[in-house]
Amino acid sequence: MSIQETENEIIEEFSLFDDWMAKYEYLIDQGKDLSSLDDSLKTEDRLIKGCQSRVWLLSEFRDGKVYYRADSDAILTKGLVALMVRVLSGQPPEEIVKAPLEFVDKIGLKEHLSPTRSNGLVSMIKQMKLDAFVYQTKNA
Amino acid sequence: MNLKTETIEGFDIAKIRSDFPILNRMVHGKKLVYFDNGATSQKPRQVIDAITRYYEHQNSNIHRGVHTLSQEATDAYENARAIVARHLNAKHTHEIIFTRGTTESINLVASSFGKQFIRKDDEIIITAMEHHSNIVPWHMLCEEKEAKLKVIPFDDNGLLEMEAFKKLITTKTKLVSIVHVSNSLGVINPVKDIIRIAHEHGAKVLLDGAQALPHMKVDVRELDADFYCFSGHKVFAPTGVGILYGKEDLLNAMPPYQGGGEMIKTVTLEKTVYNDLPFKFEAGTPNIEGGIVLGEALNYINSIGLDAIRNYELRLLNYATKRLEEIPGIKIFGKTPEKAAVISFLAGNIHPYDMGMILDKLGIAVRTGHHCTQPVMERFCIPGTARASMCFYNTTEEIDVLIDGIKKAIQLLGE
Repeated sequence: MSIQETENEIIEEFSLFDDWMAKYEYLIDQGKDLSSLDDSLKTEDRLIKGCQSRVWLLSEFRDGKVYYRADSDAILTKGLVALMVRVLSGQPPEEIVKAPLEFVDKIGLKEHLSPTRSNGLVSMIKQMKLDAFVYQTKNA
Repeated sequence: MNLKTETIEGFDIAKIRSDFPILNRMVHGKKLVYFDNGATSQKPRQVIDAITRYYEHQNSNIHRGVHTLSQEATDAYENARAIVARHLNAKHTHEIIFTRGTTESINLVASSFGKQFIRKDDEIIITAMEHHSNIVPWHMLCEEKEAKLKVIPFDDNGLLEMEAFKKLITTKTKLVSIVHVSNSLGVINPVKDIIRIAHEHGAKVLLDGAQALPHMKVDVRELDADFYCFSGHKVFAPTGVGILYGKEDLLNAMPPYQGGGEMIKTVTLEKTVYNDLPFKFEAGTPNIEGGIVLGEALNYINSIGLDAIRNYELRLLNYATKRLEEIPGIKIFGKTPEKAAVISFLAGNIHPYDMGMILDKLGIAVRTGHHCTQPVMERFCIPGTARASMCFYNTTEEIDVLIDGIKKAIQLLGE
């Protein structure tokens, strides 16, 4: 499945909910379903510091594709982290680099990407793309 | 005890709430419940009108024009200084310095007092519950002067360890700079004792009163504080204006903070002669509107009465504490007998960010995170807290909304 197809799938899933609470419940479930990183992997160099919540990100390059694992100490942040991993993990780096990732806006959770929330998500997306860019450059 | 706040004698909560237009707005389809007063207070109609009045009738630069507008603006600005002086019970009006806020007030003292009085191996004492703005300026000064920063610890309840303080202070201690009311724990520190002990050792004392001024009477002479700082925006005035109070002899002994207009008597190309207090510390055109309106804001809280405010807010605090403690798994940080109406809490293992986001959806504004006091969070080994900071325009009904919101968040987020 391409990035765009996964994004569309998520948008469709969220279109079933008509209030914020149902959306948040689903987001929390996504967060809970994402397997937590072992504490030994939550090292300082993998930490993306937000003022409000913390995010840890690992990536690896295998067979021309980037695979991500990530975690957060806040469950709503982790829910969005899970969606990002679902959309981007297993994709070729050149696709990740140029992905507009508009689904967050379309599912009505854009507030979580506001810089004032400072939850580490915006920095995580940047880091995911930066990692992909490095793999793309190395691979070229 | 009847906790319904509306029934408190002589305290007309409906009238007070009608003074604050923002309290009528909706957030996510719910009536706003504003419990982030520690971050900034809302503004009453009297303050909002005073801002408009200034720009519609008086706007001009001060201390330099011969024309009527400049004279009127100057009078209004200097009148505000006199209101602040009376409010703090300062001995002289010129002991009141206008700044941009508490942060600038502390930086002014660190820079100017530091330049004059801090030498190598001297000591400055702070507490472990300071806002970053009362830590970082001292780190910078200590680094520059090779001076030493010492820290008074606090116990599990947030009570300062006075015995430790007595051991920390020496004849090398030049300044004790502490928070009057903790922004992250709400505890009121025993500042009078600290000042007495510091003075016995020849040290001066600066109090960060940003969280105290909106909630209680502060008398700098009764406290015998050497410096006292606060921010306008936390005390119902706009952002960008604040106060540094300093004792006259100390301020006179300190060099200017910044150079520029206003702070000079004469300037030749070779030499500057500095102006007298308070202008010596007020370089450049100040926040004229902010200063004038700060006076209006203090008049406003004095018209309600600080004793009545304190009394009412204590009832809110007691009611909120009691209701919160009814919820299983709630942990409150800051549990001393003397507190301002601030409750910092965690619900089980729920991250404060998650709590804050859910409460926001319910129209409830609380602060989440480390509240610019990272050492406090380290002390308790937590990522942060959710903080409900109350004000005299809040009600017990709003506390009920908060409690229901927390319960809903626990239901959504709990394991």
